[in-house]
Amino acid sequence: MATTELRPRTEVDADKGAGLGSGRGRLWRSLRGNKLGMTGGVLLAIVVLLAVFAPLIAPYGPAEVHFATPFQKPGTVGFLLGTDDLGRDIFSRMLFGMRASLEVGALCVLLSVVVGAPLGLLAGYWKWLDAIISRLTDVTLAFPFLIIAVGLAAISGPSLQNAAIALGIAHIPTMIRVVRGETLRIKESDFVLGAKTMDASGLRIVFTHVLPNAASAIIVQATVIMPVAVIGEALLSFLGLGIQPPTPSLGIMLSDAQQYMFRSPTAAIIPGLGIAAICLAFNLFGDALRDAFDPTASSRK
Amino acid sequence: MPQDVKINENNSTQRSEQPLLEVRDLEVSFGDGPVLHGVNFTLKRGERVAIVGQSGSGKSTTVGAILGLLPGNGRVSAGSMTLDGQDLGAASEQQLRQIRGHRIGLVPQDPMSNLNPVMKVGAQIADALAANGHHGRDNIRQRAVALMTEAGIPDAARRYNQFPHEFSGGMRQRVLIAISLAGEPDLLIADEPTSALDVTVQRQILDHLQTLVDARGTSLLFITHDLGLAADRTDRIIVMADGRIVEVGTPEEILFRPQQDYTRQLVAAAPSLLATVSGTETVALEAVEPVAGTDTILEVRGLVKEFSLRSQGGTFRAVDNVSFSVARGTTTAVVGESGSGKTTVARIILGLEQATSGEALIDGKSITSSTGQVRRALRRKVQPVFQDPYGSLDPTYSIERLIDEPLRVFKVGDAASRRARVALLLDQVALPRNVAQRRPNELSGGQRQRVAIARALALEPEMLICDEAVSALDVLVQDQILDLLAELQDGLGLSYLFITHDLAVVRQIAHQVVVMKSGMVVEDGSVEKVFMAPEADYTKELLGAIPGAAFAR
Repeated sequence: MATTELRPRTEVDADKGAGLGSGRGRLWRSLRGNKLGMTGGVLLAIVVLLAVFAPLIAPYGPAEVHFATPFQKPGTVGFLLGTDDLGRDIFSRMLFGMRASLEVGALCVLLSVVVGAPLGLLAGYWKWLDAIISRLTDVTLAFPFLIIAVGLAAISGPSLQNAAIALGIAHIPTMIRVVRGETLRIKESDFVLGAKTMDASGLRIVFTHVLPNAASAIIVQATVIMPVAVIGEALLSFLGLGIQPPTPSLGIMLSDAQQYMFRSPTAAIIPGLGIAAICLAFNLFGDALRDAFDPTASSRK
Repeated sequence: MPQDVKINENNSTQRSEQPLLEVRDLEVSFGDGPVLHGVNFTLKRGERVAIVGQSGSGKSTTVGAILGLLPGNGRVSAGSMTLDGQDLGAASEQQLRQIRGHRIGLVPQDPMSNLNPVMKVGAQIADALAANGHHGRDNIRQRAVALMTEAGIPDAARRYNQFPHEFSGGMRQRVLIAISLAGEPDLLIADEPTSALDVTVQRQILDHLQTLVDARGTSLLFITHDLGLAADRTDRIIVMADGRIVEVGTPEEILFRPQQDYTRQLVAAAPSLLATVSGTETVALEAVEPVAGTDTILEVRGLVKEFSLRSQGGTFRAVDNVSFSVARGTTTAVVGESGSGKTTVARIILGLEQATSGEALIDGKSITSSTGQVRRALRRKVQPVFQDPYGSLDPTYSIERLIDEPLRVFKVGDAASRRARVALLLDQVALPRNVAQRRPNELSGGQRQRVAIARALALEPEMLICDEAVSALDVLVQDQILDLLAELQDGLGLSYLFITHDLAVVRQIAHQVVVMKSGMVVEDGSVEKVFMAPEADYTKELLGAIPGAAFAR
C-alpha cells in the first residue's frame, strides 16, 4: 500500500504543522533518534528484566543470612556486591528490592490512571462535574500524602499494598488535572463538533475521540509519576510505613544500612544508586516519549 | 561577488541604473536536498513586484533567504543576492541586522501573533525606531506618533498607550506597517500582509500601503497566494511553483497571455478573477439552475441568537432576525466578514447551538425545537464539512474508521456492508481505495477535505453545511474541491449551505446568496442579481473589494 500517487508527508506537514497524533512508525523513529531517551529505555529494560527474573538470577534468598561473613566488600568471592550487617547478599537483596519498588510504582501508577483518567475526562467534558471533581482534588491535595500513609498503616498495618494505595491517592489529583486539561483542548476541536452533529452521545465522544487523543498525555504523566512513586516507596519503607522486613526493598536496605554507614558505606550506597538509576531511566524515557508524541518538538530540535 | 560598497552611502549617481535587489541562481537547502532551484529576479527602485505561488512553492523561503532569516537548518547553498551592490550572502550577522529594518522592512503575515501582547503598541514602534538609531525619548515618541498617523491609525497620540488587544486586526496590521517603515527602508517586503483580514479591511490596508510606498519611492516585494491581488497591486508578477520560477510578466501578460501550463491553470483556478468575468461563465451557471425551485429543504425563520456578556452583564446579539430558505438541489451561500454571525447560523442549523428565538426547519420539521428521535433523524439529513481539514479529522483514526464513524453512530449495516460503503464513498470523492487504512496526517490538505466530504456523505444526507470548506486550501486544490462539490450536487441532488467570506468562491458555486453584516441579513437574492445589481451599500463595498476587479474582461 506504499505506492500511490499520494503526496509525501513532509510536503503536507510543512505548512500546517500536521495533526495532533502520530503514526506508530513516526513515534518509533523519533524515539530511536533520541540518544538520551534510548539510554533511558535500555536502562529501564535492564532494571525491569532484573526485577522480573530476580528469583532466577539471585544467588541467595533475599533474607538468607550468613552470620560468618557480615560487612563483606563488593567483589568478595561469592558475594558480588558484598554483604550487609547480617551477612545477607546485597546483590540478591537489590534484585528483590527493585522488584518491590517497581511493584509499588506500577500499582501506584495503575491506581492514579484508573481513577484519575476517567475523573479527568468527566471533569473536562462536563462543566457541572468539573466543579465537583475539582473541589475534591483540592481537598485531596490539602492532605500531605504522609498523613494518608500513616492513616492507612494505622488502620490495616503497614504493607506494600498500603504504601502503593497511599502513593496512588497522592498522585490522582495531578493525573486528573493533566487529563482534564487535554480534554478541554480536544473538546474544542472540529472532529468533536463533527461527532456531535452525528448525534453521537457524550460518553461515546469521550471514549472514542477524547481518550485516544489524550492517551499520549496520560502515558507521559505515568512516566512522571513512576519515579516519584519509587522514591515515595523508599521513603515509606525507610520510615517503617511500607514494606516490612525481612522482605527487602530499596528503602529498607537504606534504613538498615544507616546504622553502619561508616563501617560499611557500600550497603547504603548501592540501594541509593539503584533508586537513582530507576528514576533516571524513567525520566529520560518519559522525556523522549513526550517529545515523540509532540509533533512540533521534532522540528524544533 | 563581494564588493566594497558602504551600507549607508546612498550615492545618487549609482542609484538610477543598478537594480535595488538582484537575486541570481539562488538555491536554498534544508538538510539534504535543495528546495529552491536557481531563482533569478531583479527589483528596480520604486518597483512593485509580486511573488505568487501556492504553499510549498518556495515564496516564503525566498524571502527568508533575502532577509537571512531561514528557519531551522535552512541555508543558501548556491547563488547570490545583492542589495544595492552589497552581497547579502556574504554579509555578517551584524551587517544583516543593520540591513533588516534599515534597508529592508518586513510586513509580516499574521497581525495577531506578531505584536507582543503585553507591550504597549507605541512602545513597540518606539523600539523599532530606537533600533534604527533614533535618540531621545520625546523625539522617538513624536516620530512614533507620526508613523502611526502615516500608517492610517486615527487618534494616534492616544492609541500610542494602548495594548495590541485593544486594536482590531486591520489596525494591528497598520501598526506592523508603521514598525516596518520605522527604518525608512528602500525595500519593503510584505509577506501575505492581509490574508488574515476581511476583504474590505484588506482593501483599505493595501490602498494605504500603496500610497505610502508610492510617496516614499520604496520598492515593494509582495508575497501572496492570490493572483488577483498581485495583479491589482504590482507592476510585475513572478509565478513560483515547487521552488522554481515558472513565469515572469506584467499582470496583463500573466492573466491574458500566460505562456506556461502551470500559470494557465492558476489563472483558470483563481476564483477572484472568475468572479468578475461576466458572460460565458454566468450562462453556464444558470444552466444548472434547479428544476423544482419550490421544494424547500431548509428554511430559517426569524433566527435570533444572543450571547450574554460576562463582563458588562448585557447581551450581545450575534444573529439578529435572520430568515432565508434553500431550495432542494441548490446552493445557497451565506457571505459575511468575521463577526457577521454566519458561522453561528450554521451551528444553529447543525444543532450545535441553541437559538434564542426563531427556528430552523429541515424538510418542514424544526431542528431547533425537536428532541430525541425526531432530532436524530433530522441530523442525519444535514451534515457538516468544516474549514480546517487538519482539525476536523481525528488524527488517531484510520481513514476507513473516520468515514464509517457516522454509520457506526447511527448503527447502519454490519462490518462488511460498511466497508463496501466506505469504498464506494472513496470512489465518489475520487480518492484511491487504498487510503482507507491510512491516517489523516499522511494525506495532503485537499485529500483530507475529500475525506471530510466522504464522511459527510456517509449517511446519505440531503444537505451539506460547508463552513468555509475551501478557504484553508490552495487555489488549485480549492478549484478541484469546488468541482467535486458541483459534481456531487448533480449526481446526488444535494443541497449546500455554503458559509464563506470569499465572494469570489460564491460566484463560482452558489445559486442564491445571503449577505450578512453584524448578525443581520443585508441583502439576499440570486447570484446574478446580487453580483450584477447589488442594492445594499455593504454588498457594493464587498464586491468592490474583490481583488482582480480591474482585470475583468
